[in-house]
This record gives sequence, structure tokens and C-alpha cells, in this order.
Amino acid sequence: MRPAELNLARYSVRLDSETDFAGWRDAARRMALNEVRPEDISWHVVSNSDQGQTDLPAIPAGAQLVVPRDFIARAETAFCHSDPGRFAFLYRMLWRLRTEPELLSIASDPDARRLEAMEKAVRRDSHKMHAFVRFRKIGDGDEERYVAWFEPDHFIVERNADFFVRRFTGMRWTILTPYASADWDGDRLAIGPGAAKADAPAQDDTEALWRTYFENIFNPARLKVKAMQKEMPKKYWRNLPEASLIPDLIAGADKAAKDMITKMPTTPALHHAKVQAKHWPKREPTQTPEDDDARSISGLREAAKGCRRCPLWRDATQTVFGEGPDNAKVIFVGEQPGDQEDLAGKPFVGPAGKVFDSILDDAGVDRQKVYVTNAVKHFKFEPRGKRRIHSKPNAGEVQACRWWIDREFALIKPELAVALGATAALSLLGKAIPVTKMRGQVIEREDGLRVFITIHPSFILRIHEPAEKEAERERFLHDMKQVKRLMA
Amino acid sequence: MSALTVREKLAILSDAAKYDASCASSGSAKKDSLTSGGIGSTEGMGICHSYAPDGRCISLLKILLTNFCIYDCSYCINRSSSNVRRARFSIDEVVKLTMDFYRRNYIEGLFLSSGVIRSPDETMGEMVEVARRLRLEEKFSGYIHLKTIPESSAELVEKAGLYADRLSINVELPTDEGVKRLAPEKKPETIRLSMAKLRQKMEEKAEPTLRTKKRERFAPGGQSTQMIVGADKTSDDGILHTSARLYGSYHLRRVYYSAFSPIPDSSSSLPLQKPPLMREHRLYQADWLMRFYGFSQPEILAGSSDGMLDLTIDPKLAWALRNRGRFPVDINRADREALLRVPGLGTKVVAKILETRRHRRMRLEDVGRICQSIAKLRPFIIAEGWSPGALTDKLGLRGKIVQSCEQLALF
Repeated sequence: MRPAELNLARYSVRLDSETDFAGWRDAARRMALNEVRPEDISWHVVSNSDQGQTDLPAIPAGAQLVVPRDFIARAETAFCHSDPGRFAFLYRMLWRLRTEPELLSIASDPDARRLEAMEKAVRRDSHKMHAFVRFRKIGDGDEERYVAWFEPDHFIVERNADFFVRRFTGMRWTILTPYASADWDGDRLAIGPGAAKADAPAQDDTEALWRTYFENIFNPARLKVKAMQKEMPKKYWRNLPEASLIPDLIAGADKAAKDMITKMPTTPALHHAKVQAKHWPKREPTQTPEDDDARSISGLREAAKGCRRCPLWRDATQTVFGEGPDNAKVIFVGEQPGDQEDLAGKPFVGPAGKVFDSILDDAGVDRQKVYVTNAVKHFKFEPRGKRRIHSKPNAGEVQACRWWIDREFALIKPELAVALGATAALSLLGKAIPVTKMRGQVIEREDGLRVFITIHPSFILRIHEPAEKEAERERFLHDMKQVKRLMA
Repeated sequence: MSALTVREKLAILSDAAKYDASCASSGSAKKDSLTSGGIGSTEGMGICHSYAPDGRCISLLKILLTNFCIYDCSYCINRSSSNVRRARFSIDEVVKLTMDFYRRNYIEGLFLSSGVIRSPDETMGEMVEVARRLRLEEKFSGYIHLKTIPESSAELVEKAGLYADRLSINVELPTDEGVKRLAPEKKPETIRLSMAKLRQKMEEKAEPTLRTKKRERFAPGGQSTQMIVGADKTSDDGILHTSARLYGSYHLRRVYYSAFSPIPDSSSSLPLQKPPLMREHRLYQADWLMRFYGFSQPEILAGSSDGMLDLTIDPKLAWALRNRGRFPVDINRADREALLRVPGLGTKVVAKILETRRHRRMRLEDVGRICQSIAKLRPFIIAEGWSPGALTDKLGLRGKIVQSCEQLALF
């Protein structure tokens, strides 16, 4: 028996093991519902103590303990911490939560911070166990098993065992630690008593390969010892087969890096000339697109791939050239390709293109028979996170791209051009015009080309109010019907 | 010449792969081997199984299938003119190595890249075969990252996406001009198109099919890329511009920056010096500002004289010092966006501040308790009982913060 004066607490609670959370939870509930103050309880684990358990008070009839929902899960994690004071600390948290239900949300409260620090330590230790367990194989064939020795800081074997089951289902394995072991026979998980390092196999043939990999994946020109030790503290090293290489790698790094730098560039390897001749024969000097005045739309499309007439090519994926039969009677000219068009390399395939298609269809215009292109052939945008926000091409870019538009018109010789929106009108007429005011009108250019003015179909997409959107769609349909009449 | 042993090949082909910066094994769909009875799992978060003395995490068996290559990119140790020792793994050898390493819990999976031999399709076909064998014959559910070869056929890329968690295509260098100069046989146009096709394929497969209502599996870990920093003269602003374009255009999960490292038998067209590691670090920090802190690319370096990130202080602090008019920010009232702009406040701390202040007003000490250091923070915030007064506008502020951060680091 211990001297009575050391046993001041009114209640003594015995837990079955270091990880007996259910036992703690039951006792804590009884205590809290009977208004037993934290300082009146002493907590013990059976194996560490000869202290008897006091009879725990019964839960008063109808009494209920209400704690924030996530407290139990968080307490269960912190419970795995090796701090012997955790039982009492968690009870104190519980005690405070009765009157301060928001306690867990107050990051600056010392108890809330301690809880978080304990959880973090347990999670980190768990993560390190996932990372640094090293299995060694014993036996072959039916006898094949994998055994590991690991020394965790906290009581985490039970909570980690399922991870290893999910990962190594098709393998028979055992993880030994000083306080507990986990064993999976391919079918059933068993948690057993602790073991000693000598109980685990001392080596594995594959370790030589692993050490070879570790040595060679390291770049001596990038030595960062502190960064390594922050994530892989030395306490783990003694059980990692690759760690014994570290001191020599560090010691030799400076010299290895210097050797890399001072080694003079040498003459090309012997096979290099052969490889070059076979795979990269000297190319014909390529003509610039300007020299190659293409005689067909396909030739023009090919030439436009390398267009550098304005800087828009730098950020875009590809040139999106016009599409359609080269004897089309009408050419529709949009503004510029958008996100989807830039990826696909085809004009009018994105959301606005879909609206356009369906209205053309309603108007009885066969898209297969018309030529569709854009005033500017590269997508101009501002990146915003994972989206590209369309930005309007400026007059210079429109002007630069007229080089291609003019040639498309010269080759196709259409009877009619449809300017979809202000940018297209600017490109076709060479000056800015008020599109909404002149919508539905046909302007004849000096060269005799008739240009029909309307809006860009993306305008319809931007209207949110359904009735207004429908009305705008009708207007555009009306325009397209007019285009059909003009084509006839 | 006698045949190389697996160990000799491993030495050559892991050495050949060490200049590639990417190592992540996170962000894929969850899967485990409970139903298949096989080996392997991915649970969303990757695990670093070891660390090399260069501070980089080792989570995958990162190797080349072969380091024979028909390309002659001057920054690459495997270029055809290099005198490096050559080796070539068989498909069997890669599968066995991966399984042997995985069973011993050395790795999360495989990151397979390759030099291009004979033709892009032949090489890509072998890489896909490794992945297929792992998935179907070995019932392997661990992580697989394949480095796609831009010129390879659409069918092969589609198959690769079926077996791999992540696909990547290297943009190599931040500008097309750089690629043309240092990797004369590579075509920036093809690289862009390949990334565009991958994004389209991922989006197409992410749509539930009409019949089964199930999404098809296609590279659930998305696509990533890597570019080499410091081998050409592109400024940090130019590099970040390229990254912003890549994130926006091809929905990449990550852009990796790899400080150009001198390589043995280096080509004479490149700087022979230690890799600019701090610059690489600052670029990663700036990349985070774009992805998690709501910064647009142009504003990160707006107002700087040379378009380069400050090597002595982090990019957020540098930005705050250039934009003092936006400070101080009131900890107890400012919205999330404004708090995320305060130097020293990370996304987690900001979440905690927002939660805590619902219940009580926060003092400077309260903020200090939940973040690493208050030194950087003090001139930029207002808290209960704390106002920085003229401190925010003080001329010597930069020096003061740098000094106090350094002092703190001593303890």
C-alpha cells in the first residue's frame, strides 16, 4: 500500500492499457456527470500501477453529457500520445467543455493548443511509421513472410495497423515494436504484445539494391542536410538500412559536386554522329510563310501554324485557322478562338460555338457548307488560377491577323461575309463601327464584298435573365435567316 | 563488354533520373488492395519513405527505362553526345524492382521516365507495358507516374492514362526560344499540343458515361510538368508567367522548377556553377502564392526593378513591403483574402484566426501563439491593443525584419 498522504485524490481510475480509450471514456463520463472535479481523480494504467480502483460512481438517471461532436475523435487521437498526463489532461478538457463549448475553436487557448499539439505529434508519428517501417523478407514460397522492427514515440500500432492491411493485403507481415505488435496472416489482423529488436530479421538481400538506389538518386550539387534531418530525424536512422550511407555521402558531396563542375566538356560520344545522321538529317532551310504564298486553304493553314506576326502565339497552344469548304459562298468571321478552340485547334467548338451551331441549324444554314473563321487566330487570355479569362484583341493584333483573313477571302472568293461582333467588323471593314446600331445591315466594301453585320453568339451566353436570353436568341436566329436569304 | 547486372543498371538509371525534380505521390484517387488481394494503396496523401542528403523526399522508385537517347538537349546528362555510361532495363526488371521495393515499404510506387530510343512510340509502348504488367499481372495498386513522350501516339497516351496515376510532359525550359536553342530537336509546339490533348482527355473521361453513370479512370492524379531554371536567361517574372499560363491552359496539378545542376561531361553551352537552389525555393514560394493565396501572376513582381524574386526574403514579404498602402490589416475584421496577404500568415493560421475570432477578439499575443513568429507580422497587422503606428511605413523596415528573423533562427 502507498502512504495515504500521497493518495490525495478521491477517485482512482485504472485503465486496462495505455490505449484503453473506451475505459477512459466510460470513467470520464461517470465522473463528469457526477460533478467530480479534475483534481479529485488520479488515473493509472493497470500494468504500471498497483493502485486499486475506486468504485466509480453510477451515472445519475437521465443525465446526459453533451460535448462538441469532434471532441471524441480528437481526444481519441491525442490519447495515443505517450504523455502520462494525457488522461488527466483530456478529462480537464472535457470538464471545461461543459461550460465552454466553443473551447476547441479558440486556437489561442493554452489547453486547446496543447490538445492540437498532442494530436499533431501522434499524427506525425503515425505518418513516420507509414514511411519508415522497413520489412525484411524471411522464408520463400508458402513460408514467405515480411517482418519489420519499428520504434514509435507514441502508442500508435493499433491505429496504424489498418493502413498496413489496406496496403499489404496480399502479403503476410508482422510489425514488431517495443510495446505492441501487429500481425496479418493474409486474412486476419492480430494485435499482440511488444517485442525486442532481436526478434526481427537482421537483413534482407534487397537492401543492397535499395542502398544502391539511395546513393545514386542523390545529387551532390544540392546538399541540404538540414532539410533532410527535419523530415527524417536521426532517431529513425538506426532502423533504416539506407541511413548508414548518409555520413559518407555528405562528406563526399562537396568533392563530387566540384568534380562535376570542373570536369571539362569532352568530345561528343562516339555514337552521337550516327544518331544525328539517322534521326535528325539536316533539314531543308524552311521558307517563311510570307515567302510561301499558299495557293490553297490547306497550304495557308499549314503556313499559319508558325505565325509570329503578333505576340499572341507565345501564350496560346496553337493557331486556330478557319474551317470549311474552300468554295463556300459565305464566310462567318468571329472574334478569336476561346479556351476550347485553343485546345482543339478548331474554330467555334466551345460554348459559343454550340449556340452558333444550333441557331444555324434552326435557320436552315448547313454549317458544312459555310466557312467559319476568326478575325484573330490565336487565343488571347489572362490566366486566373485554373481558368483562362478571355481578353479582347487590340487593334494591332486584329491588323496583324488581317494578313491571313485577306488571303482566306482571296482564295475562297465568297459572295458574302458575316461579321460576328465588333472585332470581326473592325477586321473586315478596317474601322470600328457600332455593331448594335448597324446590326442586320449589309455594307459593301470597296472591293465589292458584302459584309453583313451582327453580334457575336457569345453575347447570348452572357445574358442571365432567361426571357431576355430567349429574345436575343430569336433576334440572332432572325439575322441568320436573313443571311440564308442573302446566300440564295 | 559483359552484360550489366541489375544493380549496375539501377546505379546508372537512377543516377540518370536524379535531375528530375518531381517526386509527389499525392493527389490521386484513393485505392487499396483489400478487394483485389494484391499489393499497394494510395490514400490521397503521399508518403516520403526516405530523404536524400539533398533534402529531397524519396517516395517513388524514380528511374529511367533507358538512358540511351536520340535527342541532344544540352542540359541533359542523357543527351546523345554525352559520354555517360548507358544501360537499359528490361520490362521484367523494372516490374520486379518495383514490387520488391514496394513489398519492403521502401516506396509509394514507380516514377518511370525514359530516354527515347529508336522512336517515341516504341519507348512509350514499353513504359505503358511496365504499367500494364504492374496493374494487371501483379495486382499493384500503388502509385504510378509515367513521363509521357510528346510525340507518341494518342492510343498509347490513352493506355498510359488508364494505368497511371499521373502523367507528365516536360516543358523543359520556360520559353520556346530556350527550348529551340538548348534542345534543338524538341518542338515546343508539340509539347503544348500534347498537354492540351491530355487536358481534353482528362475532362472527357471525367464526364460520367451515359450508360454506366461511372467515371472512367484516366490519370486521376492529373498532369504535371517540370522546367529547368537557370540554364537560360529567363527572369523569374518570365518563369512565373509561363507557369501561370500552364496552370490556366492545361490545368496542371504542379509545375516543378528544377534548378539547373551542373552535370558531369557537361555541354559547353551551359553555365558551370552550383545550381541556384535559393532561386528555385523562391520560385516554389511564388508558385504557392498563385495557387493558394489568391495572387495573380503579374502582381507578385509588380514594382520590382528587374523582374527577379528577392533572394533574401520570401516573395510575400517582398510584395507587402512594396505595397505598404494595403497595410496594416485588422486581424479582428479583415476578410480571408486580406489576411492571406499578410506576411507570416499561412492558410492554416488564417483559418484558425477566422475560427477563433468568432468567439473572442484577438490580441497580438493570441496571434503569436498560433503562428511561428511574430517578428515578421507585427508591422502589418492591427490587433486588440496593438497598432503598428508609423512602423508600417518606416524606411528601414525591411532590414529590421530580416534581422529579427535571422536572430530568431538562432534559438
